[in-house]
Amino acid sequence: MPTAILQKEKLIPGRTSKLVLDAPHIAATARPGHFVMLRVSEHGERFPLTIADTDAERGTITIVYLVMGKSTTLLEEMGVGDSIPDLCGPLGRATHIEPVGKSHKVICVGGGTGVAAMHHIAKGHHRAGNYVIACIGARNKDLLLFHDELAAFCDEVLVSTDDGSFGMKGIVTDPLKDRLEKDKEIAEVVAVGPVPMMQAVARLTAGFHIKTTVSLNSLMVDGMGMCGACRVTVGGETRFTCVDGPEFDGHQVDFDELRSRLSAFNAQEKLSLDEYREHRCHCHNQA
Amino acid sequence: MTDQTPRENTAHGAKIPRTDMPCQPAAERIANFREVALGYTPDMARAEASRCLQCKRPLCRTGCPVEVRIPEFIEQTAQGNLAEAYQILRSTNSLPAVCGRVCPQEKQCEGACILGRKGEPVAIGRLERYVADAALAASRQGQASSPVRCVPAHAGLKVACLGSGPASLTCAGYLAGLGVRVTVFEGLHEPGGVLVYGIPAFRLPKDVVRQELDSLRAMDVDIRTNWVGGRTVTIDSLFAEGYQAVFVGVGAGLPVFLNIPGENIIGVFSANEYLTRANLGRAYEFPAYDTPTYPGRHVTVFGAGNVAMDAARTAMRLGAESVHIVYRRTRAEMPARQEEIEHALEEGVQLVELAAPLRFTAGDSKRLAAVDLQRMELGEPDASGRRSPRPIPGATFTQPTDLAIVALGTRPNPLLLDATPQLTLNKKGYIVVDEATGETSIPNVFAGGDIVTGAATVILAMGAGRRAAREIARRLLGEE
Repeated sequence: MPTAILQKEKLIPGRTSKLVLDAPHIAATARPGHFVMLRVSEHGERFPLTIADTDAERGTITIVYLVMGKSTTLLEEMGVGDSIPDLCGPLGRATHIEPVGKSHKVICVGGGTGVAAMHHIAKGHHRAGNYVIACIGARNKDLLLFHDELAAFCDEVLVSTDDGSFGMKGIVTDPLKDRLEKDKEIAEVVAVGPVPMMQAVARLTAGFHIKTTVSLNSLMVDGMGMCGACRVTVGGETRFTCVDGPEFDGHQVDFDELRSRLSAFNAQEKLSLDEYREHRCHCHNQA
Repeated sequence: MTDQTPRENTAHGAKIPRTDMPCQPAAERIANFREVALGYTPDMARAEASRCLQCKRPLCRTGCPVEVRIPEFIEQTAQGNLAEAYQILRSTNSLPAVCGRVCPQEKQCEGACILGRKGEPVAIGRLERYVADAALAASRQGQASSPVRCVPAHAGLKVACLGSGPASLTCAGYLAGLGVRVTVFEGLHEPGGVLVYGIPAFRLPKDVVRQELDSLRAMDVDIRTNWVGGRTVTIDSLFAEGYQAVFVGVGAGLPVFLNIPGENIIGVFSANEYLTRANLGRAYEFPAYDTPTYPGRHVTVFGAGNVAMDAARTAMRLGAESVHIVYRRTRAEMPARQEEIEHALEEGVQLVELAAPLRFTAGDSKRLAAVDLQRMELGEPDASGRRSPRPIPGATFTQPTDLAIVALGTRPNPLLLDATPQLTLNKKGYIVVDEATGETSIPNVFAGGDIVTGAATVILAMGAGRRAAREIARRLLGEE
């Protein structure tokens, strides 16, 4: 049962795109924090993407991806009207959201394409009635993702850019630190993004003794608990990101191990992409 | 041999030697993923079939979890009536081409065969495979009629099977044969469960599985992929959609790790991951297929069941220079099928008996470099009757290895169980069912296979699928 692409938006041309997919069975039960597994071609590999948004009424889910390897390159070549051969979910545990009202301030930090997954979590907190502060960063204004979407419902949006072209000049932990020092009503910090960013956020919040949730992007094969590729050490114990996570206590995660495990297949991923690019060049030359 | 009548042969059944099955030579097969055992020729099959004594009270049948009518199908085979032989097989077994290849016959039908008392048992598994392959080949060429007689569909009756491994497929096949509409929901992108992601092609070619699935589809079984039991569909949602009964055959779950230092170093894999990459992902054809496998020159495999053998033999085929299976007991206690152990050893897999892992260590590249092992000895027999291994104090050694594969079994997968808190589970977390019917604590919800027993065999899962299907048929149709 292939999944039709209903909308495609190139958020950062050649780098990051957003797809709205016709997936009523997933949209019906998907909650913030959940992810899907995809396979984008007949010879393709399975890989996970966190759900960025859902619309149960329209029966759609939104995914956002960074073009990195062969699978995301193939996905980037698809457009409206094309179908993704295999998509399943929702998988993982949903975000634990406690509706505690406006006195419960949650800072949702996002970096890179992680902003998209964070968006869904922030929305969940907002719908539960919590006070949501989004905190997003990028190298410059043009690379900033989901700013308007977050601004539409978040109580506040804190922005930082490396070059100061928008918001505070600096990295995403700068406005976060600033806020944590000034505001003693922050009950929780959620961070989704590249491993070094989540690690930096967790390190920072540990000093403030604030509960911190991170959403991990481990390698996965089945995404349903069968293989253990996604295992991660949390509080000294081995956990599976796919069925025990993807969200864990950021103060307990062994980020160095996570980063190392993410590189397990780097050589093969490069080979796969290089072969594909070469093949594509040949095809173009022949055409 | 072929000019003798079966009757003359039966008198000498015990004296005629069991017919060997030709295999790809070990040196050749470790360079490919094609099937190792090549199957009987018609002459071999007739010769082997004629060894059967046609016992009045066949012990072999009592040794079979799905009660295949063994003497009857063998008699037809001896007479060359392969279509009839196949009908007999299919009447109790939905997947004969699979069972002929992967059943532990020496512990079941062949273990019970009377000829085995003094000599060698009839090669029932090989004959089953021969008959099933012949029927599948004939149906490919359009020569055979539908494998199972057509039954008019019962309007309004529908049953859902969660998972598409041997338990669910058996349940589906049995019910479809009675005219009940069945929908099979599979979470992965390809149906077949362990037959597809777990058992390698050199032991069970994927074409065989595909054909068995096709013959179910020909009986109007609707097989849907990318439907995750407990997530995309739940038991409640299925009843709400009008299914009258649900069979849960979601299979084995989370791989067990060793719980020793260093087990998350890059280079340590679960057998599930290693085999899923190779089998479901076709990683042995990387980069033509996108799923990569992890290259290992010196491979160690922990465990001694069929999964460990499969992983070790897969590693050989993927170019390992050495593959060691490390087991804390000895070869005599290894739970794998005899044939798999023999094939593995023929292919150059080495056995390290009486050793258990202590810790994994990484090299400069932060990747796996070695495993420290503890020498063991066998002590007194434990509750299971097996002598339990115990460490020999101070006797440790280091084995260099760059790829370790852990094949120590699984624990229950939480996806469906968490979504269905009404299901009663046992102490180990598996689903509790009624022994006679396979029904769970939820009325009209049945379960079978590894989600009930923990990791077991294909045929036991099939037996459970059949048991549940029988009860479902009794309730829905009021008949056996």
